[in-house]
Amino acid sequence: MATATTVEPTRRDFLYIATGAVAAVGAAAAVWPLINSMSPDASTLALASTELDISAIPEGQIVTIKWRGKPVFVRHRTAKEIADSEAVNIATLPDPQADSARVQKPQWLIVVGVCTHLGCIPIGHAGEYDGWFCPCHGSVYDTSGRIRSGPAPRNLEVPAYSFLTDAKVKIG
Amino acid sequence: MHGLSTFEPKNGFVKWLEARLPILSFAHGSFVAFPTPKNLNYWWTFGGILSFMLIAQIVTGVVLTMHYTPESTLAFGSVEKIMRDVNWGWMLRYAHSNGASMFFFAVYIHMFRGIYYGSYKSPREVLWILGVIIFLLMMATGFMGYVLPWGQMSFWGATVITNLFSAIPLVGDDITVWLWGGFSVDNPTLNRFFALHYLLPFMIVAVVALHVWALHVCGQNNPDGVEVQDIHKDCVPFTPHATMKDSVGIAFFLILYCWFIFYIPNYLGDADNYIPANPMKTPAHIVPEWYFLPYYAILRSIPNKLAGVIAMFAAIAILAFLPWLDTSKVRSGKYRPIFRIFFWIFVASGIGLGYLGAMPPEGGYVLAARILGVVYFGFFVVVLPLLGLFEKTTPVPASIADAVLARTGSASSVAASAASAPQTKG
Ligand code: HEM
Ligand code: FES
Repeated sequence: MATATTVEPTRRDFLYIATGAVAAVGAAAAVWPLINSMSPDASTLALASTELDISAIPEGQIVTIKWRGKPVFVRHRTAKEIADSEAVNIATLPDPQADSARVQKPQWLIVVGVCTHLGCIPIGHAGEYDGWFCPCHGSVYDTSGRIRSGPAPRNLEVPAYSFLTDAKVKIG
Repeated sequence: MHGLSTFEPKNGFVKWLEARLPILSFAHGSFVAFPTPKNLNYWWTFGGILSFMLIAQIVTGVVLTMHYTPESTLAFGSVEKIMRDVNWGWMLRYAHSNGASMFFFAVYIHMFRGIYYGSYKSPREVLWILGVIIFLLMMATGFMGYVLPWGQMSFWGATVITNLFSAIPLVGDDITVWLWGGFSVDNPTLNRFFALHYLLPFMIVAVVALHVWALHVCGQNNPDGVEVQDIHKDCVPFTPHATMKDSVGIAFFLILYCWFIFYIPNYLGDADNYIPANPMKTPAHIVPEWYFLPYYAILRSIPNKLAGVIAMFAAIAILAFLPWLDTSKVRSGKYRPIFRIFFWIFVASGIGLGYLGAMPPEGGYVLAARILGVVYFGFFVVVLPLLGLFEKTTPVPASIADAVLARTGSASSVAASAASAPQTKG
């Protein structure tokens, strides 16, 4: 039997490649639901907001509430804490941000209580700036929740929140 | 490698089976007739010890699963129930938790053995890399297993380790949320970790099969690091020689294992893990299991998040490149006097990092971890490449038989080993 070697791609080559390409797309499409099923489900997403009565929080105190399974710090700042936070030259900060950009009302600082390094909960009224200190790897935050020293790269996150009334705040 | 004896079935059923599935001759060739270098020492029994530990973990794990509940509000209680109510539950749990420690202890010895005797060198590169893959799978399995009792250390260990992925630029935070299945470590995380903790050991079994296959293609290395030349002079059959020696090794290892299970079952654990997980309170001092401490120390010694995570993973990944980083042509550390010194410095840096990983991340401890981290990486990227060029090695015996005879003082061998001149270049 003679073997004919064609240099030109044949119609059969085209069909092989086209069929293979469709199979690859199909396989990728079948994998997606498996991957996506691991993302937060509908019930987890539904728990996305929390309300809190802040009228009972005295000046100088930090209250920790749970939002989306993690702690949120609501800090009623003293005049000195506000002044300290505002006085900082932001050019010297690892993650420069003015205090005014982190609060809606200066006496209320609301931040997610999760260290931006590896997720521990920092301890309030501790550390060099009397803001927070993370016991895990030693990150130090100031009274605006901004990172000042240690391995954490970013400031404590400010969640989306709004004051429903003077006494009530909604987080999320 | 060809065996020292052949498998000749006489039994009719065996002949019938052999013609259809030659599994018995395969087993005979691999575990009975397989030629084992004569000069192996007890450091070579750790492969057998590891195989034993892998099976022990799977057996205790499957039985524990029959009593454990992977749900965040019930998990802690179900483990306490195993400890108090389930018949022999305490023993199963202690055997499994200490078994993980024993498994890691053995694998570290197995790996240091490989480094000392140059077992990763050609032609065993693939064998070595498969070992590194086993090591990675073991770490993933150990980490996820520790999360299951859902104590404070389980929870916060899981939080810190999953947050390592948030260091990845741009997509890091999304990946972390995907890993968690939520906005923090929670029930979905526990569930998937349990599924994977059950799955991964079977993947380890599969990679161990490849590892042993590769071993049986190249043959075992040996303390003198010379290749087998004549299997009749250099080797003995696996059974009874290696089978018996491995059994002795396993028996002694079991004494250590049982001492932990029955006398100090919580010595390697952390008291905080007997406190149920509390997502609103971080323990004052988070430490991972002891076998992760050296890497944890490297992570913490670097003040930048991304760089710390990269250094930590690099410390493990660099093992896979060992066959190409070590440029010396002499395989065994026995004939490399300078290498030996650096080898022990390397071992000390590993142990030192382990100690520092358990200390608080402050002042002198961080500085010491930085220095030891440099020593650790220096061994791989500076010492090993350069030693091959400059080290003056001592004479390597011509064959395994010569090495053995030289040690037992036979006259004929002295001449033979003198014949191989000292090497100036590695
Ligand atoms: C579950 C874990 C493991 C099991 C069950 C296992 C099993 C074995 C067995 C049975 C042997 C043959 C006996 C011996 O030489 O000790 C062996 C050899 C070997 N293993 Fe492993 N191993 C494991 C992990 C590793 C790891 C993590 C590495 C390295 C990163 C590694 C590297 C090697 C090398 C290089 C050899 C050949 C050594 C030689 O013959 O000199 N193994 N392994
Ligand atoms: S988690 Fe806060 S410093 Fe590492």
